[in-house]
Amino acid sequence: MTTKHERYYVPAQSYWPIVGAVGLFFIAIGLANLIHVFQPGYDTSLTKSILLLGVGVSVIIFMVSGWFNHVIKENMAGLYSAQMDRSFRQGMIWFIFSEVMFFAAFFGALFYIRMFALPWLGGEGSKPLTLDLLWPNFVAEWPLLNNPDPKYASPNEVIPWHGIPLLNTTLLLTSGATITWAHWALKVGKRLQLNLAMFCTIALGLTFLGFQIYEYSHAYMDLGLTLDSGIYGSTFFMLTGFHGLHVTLGSIMLIVILVRCLRGSFTAENHFAFEATAWYWHFVDVVWLGLFIFVYIL
Amino acid sequence: MGDHHHGPAKGLSRWLLTTNHKDIGTLYLWFAFIMFLVGGAFAMVIRMELFQPGNQLVSPNTFNQLTTMHGLIMVFGAIMPAFTGFANWLIPMMVGAPDMALPRMNNWSFWILPFAFAILLSSWFMDGGAPNFGWTFYAPLSTQGPPSTDFFILSVHMMGISSIMGAINVIVTIFNMRAPGMTLMKMPIFCWSWLITAFLLIAVMPILAAAVTMLLTDRNFGTSFFDAAGGGDPVLFQHIFWFFGHPEVYIMILPAFGIVSEILPTFTRKRLFGRVSMIYAIVAIAGLSFIVWAHHMFTTGMPVIAGLFFMYATMLIAVPTGVKIFNWAATIFRGALTFETPMLFALGFVFLFTIGGFSGLMLALIPADIQYHDTYFVVAHFHYVLVSGALFSIFAGAYYWLPKWTGTMYNETLGKFHFWLSAISFNITFFPMHFMGLAGMPRRIPDYALQFADFNRISSIGSFVFGLSQLLFLYIIIQAIRGKGKKATDEVWDDHPRGLEWTLSSPPAYHTFETPPSEKLVEEHH
Amino acid sequence: MHKALRLVQLCCILIGSLLSSVASATGLQYNMTRGVTPVSHAQYDLHMTVLFIVTAIGVLVFGLLIFSIFRYRKSKGAKAATFHENVQIEVIWTVIPFVILMVLAVPATKTLIAMEDTRKSEMTIAVTGYQWYWHYEYLNEDISFYSNPATTAEEIAGLVPKSGYYQLEVDKPLVVPTNTKIRFAFSANDVIHAWWVPALGVKRDTIPGFINESWAVIEEVGTYRGQCAELCGVRHGYMPIVVEAITPEEFEAWVAEQKGGLEEVIEESEA
Ligand code: HEA
Ligand code: HEA
Ligand code: CUA
Ligand SMILES: [Cu+2]
Repeated sequence: MTTKHERYYVPAQSYWPIVGAVGLFFIAIGLANLIHVFQPGYDTSLTKSILLLGVGVSVIIFMVSGWFNHVIKENMAGLYSAQMDRSFRQGMIWFIFSEVMFFAAFFGALFYIRMFALPWLGGEGSKPLTLDLLWPNFVAEWPLLNNPDPKYASPNEVIPWHGIPLLNTTLLLTSGATITWAHWALKVGKRLQLNLAMFCTIALGLTFLGFQIYEYSHAYMDLGLTLDSGIYGSTFFMLTGFHGLHVTLGSIMLIVILVRCLRGSFTAENHFAFEATAWYWHFVDVVWLGLFIFVYIL
Repeated sequence: MGDHHHGPAKGLSRWLLTTNHKDIGTLYLWFAFIMFLVGGAFAMVIRMELFQPGNQLVSPNTFNQLTTMHGLIMVFGAIMPAFTGFANWLIPMMVGAPDMALPRMNNWSFWILPFAFAILLSSWFMDGGAPNFGWTFYAPLSTQGPPSTDFFILSVHMMGISSIMGAINVIVTIFNMRAPGMTLMKMPIFCWSWLITAFLLIAVMPILAAAVTMLLTDRNFGTSFFDAAGGGDPVLFQHIFWFFGHPEVYIMILPAFGIVSEILPTFTRKRLFGRVSMIYAIVAIAGLSFIVWAHHMFTTGMPVIAGLFFMYATMLIAVPTGVKIFNWAATIFRGALTFETPMLFALGFVFLFTIGGFSGLMLALIPADIQYHDTYFVVAHFHYVLVSGALFSIFAGAYYWLPKWTGTMYNETLGKFHFWLSAISFNITFFPMHFMGLAGMPRRIPDYALQFADFNRISSIGSFVFGLSQLLFLYIIIQAIRGKGKKATDEVWDDHPRGLEWTLSSPPAYHTFETPPSEKLVEEHH
Repeated sequence: MHKALRLVQLCCILIGSLLSSVASATGLQYNMTRGVTPVSHAQYDLHMTVLFIVTAIGVLVFGLLIFSIFRYRKSKGAKAATFHENVQIEVIWTVIPFVILMVLAVPATKTLIAMEDTRKSEMTIAVTGYQWYWHYEYLNEDISFYSNPATTAEEIAGLVPKSGYYQLEVDKPLVVPTNTKIRFAFSANDVIHAWWVPALGVKRDTIPGFINESWAVIEEVGTYRGQCAELCGVRHGYMPIVVEAITPEEFEAWVAEQKGGLEEVIEESEA
């Protein structure tokens, strides 16, 4: 693989990592405190937790922008080599792989619930007494509109796949195409098309998010479909929610990239940040397809 | 930016801001050792409480907290960071690279850990005390756990981020930074073991993150993943946890295999037998590790078909692991053996890990596991693979490379003493646990029936000796670091040990391989 | 080499018999109980089989290692051989363990399938785990009661001497007939527990919201003890189980007695 070993740039000391560690630390304790604010029986102060979380988030934003700026400067200064570039690329790919596994766990939970847990609660398989003795009135169905125990208020209805979800699928798929268009434009040096395509991608992503917010409020206000409305709501909101968070993150990345495109910082050869963002966006896209099929349609 | 052809910075900033793989390796190793002492101290209290029946030292709740924290600290705080420390120190030196591929991220991976463990350990002082539901934190016990559980969850997230970034660094370094001429098949087997380990880490740490996230929402936001009342299932938690957890135990043993495979050839003065099949065996073990997780759940009442599948798959792991044991035996066979401390620990590893593997195979048989499960037989099993497996390999590796790292030979007499004390007291501590378990003593209990008293007493005494012996290790290490001892030669061990690290000076320069080693050197040393 | 192996073998036998004689002289139990049900017998037999097999493999592997360690010392002038590969032998030591595993899988599979077959049971008892006691309900008999740990706080604190069944004593044991196929229906009320009586060969998690099944045919009259085997909170170590197996005739009398008034008493004490 490494036939030619180039001069390798080992960065000097850097304070960004330790800043990042401190930031994560504050986010963690801030979040934990904030969660406790809303729990009965804890006397955690709201201001204190918001403050901790705020400090953490600001530090992380400071770190990310500072670190990336630094890397960009190094890149501009010509300190990097092709080998270094490969390191970044491979790093990004493995990071995306870890994200894939994160979603895999939630999909796994969904499949387990639908293929095993609910049928068992409904008296099938190797646990027939479960239905007779514990949940005599339970009917295993999907979507689950009657939770085993009324302690969890059941949803009245769930969101059909052919409304907003279908629209959102179209939006995201189109955005996958537009970012490819942007990449092509960047490679052949068509600046205007690049910026236009990037703008479209971002607009599509934000529209997607807008629709999702609308869908969520509809679910909460009108359908009684909430995070705590039993397992359908739990899996629905966890999967779509984490996906939405990733779309948000991806959109922020795209916006940063667009700004950099407008500034003309990328060249046809040197635009790793662009490509990494594009990969990330495609990954978010593919996860959505999974969601669309397994959460909404089936 | 600027010039990087300099030595280490002065003072604290050297450690806080470093991008040097050797410094970061040192940080990892010290962090791991401190955590080992903390986790070990918890174990000592556990063994004191179990010294005799009755409740003498700590309350049952504290006991559960100790067990939980002991398990968590040892797994995530001691063993894993120690191996990452070895990876940092050695992989660049072994593949002839100037540093890890992503040096700044490397520093970030490390520095997240002290913060994560500060959060975890501070839970002792929170309302309701530390987590008390075992290191496996099964729902719904953990759903109802103390308030500190939420802090525990977020600290696990941090450990996950740290591990994933550390693993990405390892993989990218190995794929992208090897010296010219070092093909994957010529790469040292320690690097191979870490390559596969890193893959496992990236694959399963996110699963753990998802598990704790679902737990967090079940606890605080009314989701019902693990609650049948809302259509969920407590057993789902176990499936997710063990889908992470089983590969996790191999994450704690594959680097050990790598270390032992480096050490045995040096002290037998023979090449590693069956190097290629050794590599395939590592890959096979890692592959199988994804389809055996439910062997931790044989009493949860899964369908017979599923039980059979998981039983057969688990048993299969004995085949590639056996290949490793036999290859080591063949490496030793007709060698010219000497018994320096690293060799003693490596040999101790081969014997005692095999015993742990045998009990693992016994556990894999469902009908028998029905009797073993959640007894001290399991505790015996995993301490054989973790203490005399993972931990012994860490000792072996530390003695093996310490002279290279510090330039000073450790005290060989004391080292041998450390080995024999450890090996003997280890067996006194943990072998009787097989008997206790078979006789019916459940694990995770602070008090027990009278028939288990004798074995527990023996075990406790053994554990105190074992614990004290580790302070001897600390002493030996510190002496070597302070330069109290013979100067080490560059090759350290006689008869030309293999591996590029031995071509460097002892101690190696702060930056090594800034220009890659020649293909000839690589060829000569693989 | 032959000699060395012999030596190792001899050592093993010696150590083994030493251990067992020490253990039996002191009355220590160091092995799995054979139990009193067909399932527990099968489990025990499987345990002994696999134990024997791994011990044998251990003797071989460790024998070779110990032999090499003593024979090929550099200090005794050993010169290192140069071989480092042999496809034939590697195939052999891949295939042989595989065959051994297949041999082991047969009894394991048979026993597992038998263990899970709850058909044709003659009575069903619902066992429910609570933090931290058990509840038993005889499904066809209209009998139900709680079974609480009975070891006193004084004993635990060491204020009075510990009695023989320290930590294994309950106020009201589960009473069952011998030679009857009893089906258990396990569940829990709060967190997961596990109902384990070694002599019955039954260990099954009791999971809130689900019912797990298992069965036992007890072949001997007697009192059998066990403990909760899944960490279930603070008093997980204090959740003993006592099963009293009596003849079917005695059992019928016991049932009649339970129905004749005793139930109210229990109900009252529960309230
Ligand atoms: C480093 C860590 C490590 C390693 C390497 C292993 C290795 C193995 N483990 Fe272990 N295990 C743990 C750590 C580890 N385990 C932990 C921490 C737990 C408990 C978790 C908890 O509940 O808290 C556990 C629990 C555990 C259980 C669940 C027990 C229970 O709770 O009821 C089972 C069941 O199958 C099991 C099986 C195995 C098997 C089959 C192997 C195999 O990989 C072993 C293979 C090796 C050999 C077999 C020996 C060498 C082979 C030969 C010489 C060849 C010839 C041999 C034969 C043909 C027999 N382990
Ligand atoms: C990963 C590695 C690992 C290691 C290295 C160890 C090491 C040890 N373990 Fe470990 N153990 C686990 C992993 C490990 N354990 C896990 C995963 C569990 C399951 C937890 C659970 O059930 O959830 C467990 C559970 C467990 C139990 C069962 C508890 C229970 O079920 O209630 C016991 C009981 O004896 C025990 C004992 C020991 C002992 C005596 C050591 C010894 O090797 C320790 C050696 C001692 C020292 C290193 C101390 C040295 C230091 C000093 C003497 C002074 C220190 C003083 C200060 C720091 C102030 N362990
Ligand atoms: Cu109930 Cu443990
Ligand atoms: Cu496992």
